[in-house]
Amino acid sequence: MMKIKKNLGRYIAYVILTVGALTMAIPYVWMIITSIKPIEEIQGYPPSFYVHHPTFMPYQELFSILPMWRYLFNSFFVASLVTICNVFFCSLAGYAFAKHKFFGRDKIFLLLLSAIMIPYQVNLIPGFIIVKNLGWLNSFYSLIIPNMAMVFGVFLCRQYIMSIPNDLFDVAKIDGCSEFTIYRIIIFPLIKPALATLAIFTFLSQWNSFVWPLIVIHTSTMRTVPLALSVLNSQFGANFSMVMAGATVVTLPVLIIFLCLQKYIIQGITMTGLKG
Amino acid sequence: MPSKKGIVRELIQQRYSYLFIAPCVILFSVFVFIPVIASFFLGFTKYNVINPPQWVGLDNYRQILFHDPRFWKALRNTGFYVLGVVPIGIWISLLLAVAIDQKVRFKNFYKAIFFMPVVTSVIAVSVIWKWLFAGEKYGLINYWLMKFGAKPIDWVMSPTWTLPAIMIMSIWAGLGYNMILILAGLQTIPKTLYEAAEIDGAGDWHKFWHITLPLLRPTLLFVVIMSAINSFQVFEQVYVMTGGTGKGVGGVLDCALSLVAYLYERGFERFDMGYASAIAYVLFGIIFIITLFNLKVVRSRQFEY
Repeated sequence: MMKIKKNLGRYIAYVILTVGALTMAIPYVWMIITSIKPIEEIQGYPPSFYVHHPTFMPYQELFSILPMWRYLFNSFFVASLVTICNVFFCSLAGYAFAKHKFFGRDKIFLLLLSAIMIPYQVNLIPGFIIVKNLGWLNSFYSLIIPNMAMVFGVFLCRQYIMSIPNDLFDVAKIDGCSEFTIYRIIIFPLIKPALATLAIFTFLSQWNSFVWPLIVIHTSTMRTVPLALSVLNSQFGANFSMVMAGATVVTLPVLIIFLCLQKYIIQGITMTGLKG
Repeated sequence: MPSKKGIVRELIQQRYSYLFIAPCVILFSVFVFIPVIASFFLGFTKYNVINPPQWVGLDNYRQILFHDPRFWKALRNTGFYVLGVVPIGIWISLLLAVAIDQKVRFKNFYKAIFFMPVVTSVIAVSVIWKWLFAGEKYGLINYWLMKFGAKPIDWVMSPTWTLPAIMIMSIWAGLGYNMILILAGLQTIPKTLYEAAEIDGAGDWHKFWHITLPLLRPTLLFVVIMSAINSFQVFEQVYVMTGGTGKGVGGVLDCALSLVAYLYERGFERFDMGYASAIAYVLFGIIFIITLFNLKVVRSRQFEY
């Protein structure tokens, strides 16, 4: 009796989780199925998960009417560069905030931290004006430079570096290593796990970033992939198979990264409570 | 108290520290702190990017609060959205988290699958759901509705249903994130408490109601607040869902106009930068109040564990 009751809870859990997992998966499955359906089947009734004549036409159409390779390159280039800069700048600052004693350290850190409370919308308009006056509209500068450091990154690095015992680099200091050498040969290798989390988060959030590119990019060649997808949606919205092909192109790289590096991502969220 | 000379010498000694924080400090100053201050002042001006800003005092705020029905419509929509998405989303997430916390197999598989939408571009999520919600004939959701004997709904074009459609989509997309945080909270509850309750003969429901929920309260509050802050900023979903309908950012009759969508429209489609800055500050005010609650909660969270 006890055992049945104990298992009952687990069976209910399985039912809930299976229903939930299906609800999560169906939109993705439907996206991929639609993207390889010929028009006749899309308009056929009832809608079916089985594709009689799978075709890559929607993808060919997509890549021929929009310079998708260029967009993929733009997104990849921006996300990579922003990620590298974040890893470097945030860990440098994090090191100084964690282990150096200097005038105004805690006040500066608190000020930086307070930026987390500011919703990004408040910065959009002046940000746009600044970027416009610098002549950076429609260029990689506007996509990369304002995003080169994130408060969250500095915070993450600082917390991580604080847990490293001082003795490790006191010795190096006695040996006459410069501050930068200490950073390079001691700090950097030791905080690789934190940097991995930071890198994944930055890359994902840049790849998916939409509002800022929407505001600073107005020329067709400079679009990132999410921008291209929104253009597809508003201009070719009726061509569902092509829009779904676009959605697949945006989504697949991220999902692959996520499935490979799941552990780091979920850990990172739990650790910081911050979203990618 | 060191002398002036001492301070200068110290600063020189500390040059590496300043060098290390310089990139971040400069970037944050130019792209976060200066904009926040600039935005505050722009809110008191009329500015269309071409002509220099013109000081108008409190006119923008007066206009927003007393003479702008579209702002109130946006605020009402956003409030409705938050009040729907946050509680429903969190109850479902709690259910899922508790289910995963039972001794089930394939935990990581379930976690991964619920988490997928969190790493997917919001634009992609929105176009996928727009397609699921689409027309009477070939949209999957309407097809299923009809199969269960309900009438199909014109989700994308009808003023009544656009916002609920966006809410359903957002709840779906946020489950994984909430679930992971709640799960982390669940795992901090000492198992001995449950064992003690079992010895006292408490059933599953009792254990959930009298142990899990009270001990999870700080986590839940934190999740509620994070979720509320995120929800107040809803934009991309609205932009995509109503995009291509030819009715502006808010959809038919502004039925799905959110605060940020309105800000975007005023600022970047009509280049009413002063007015948009004022809207931004109203939004900032709302989020700031929620954040203050948040800080309080975080503090209480630290004491509990």
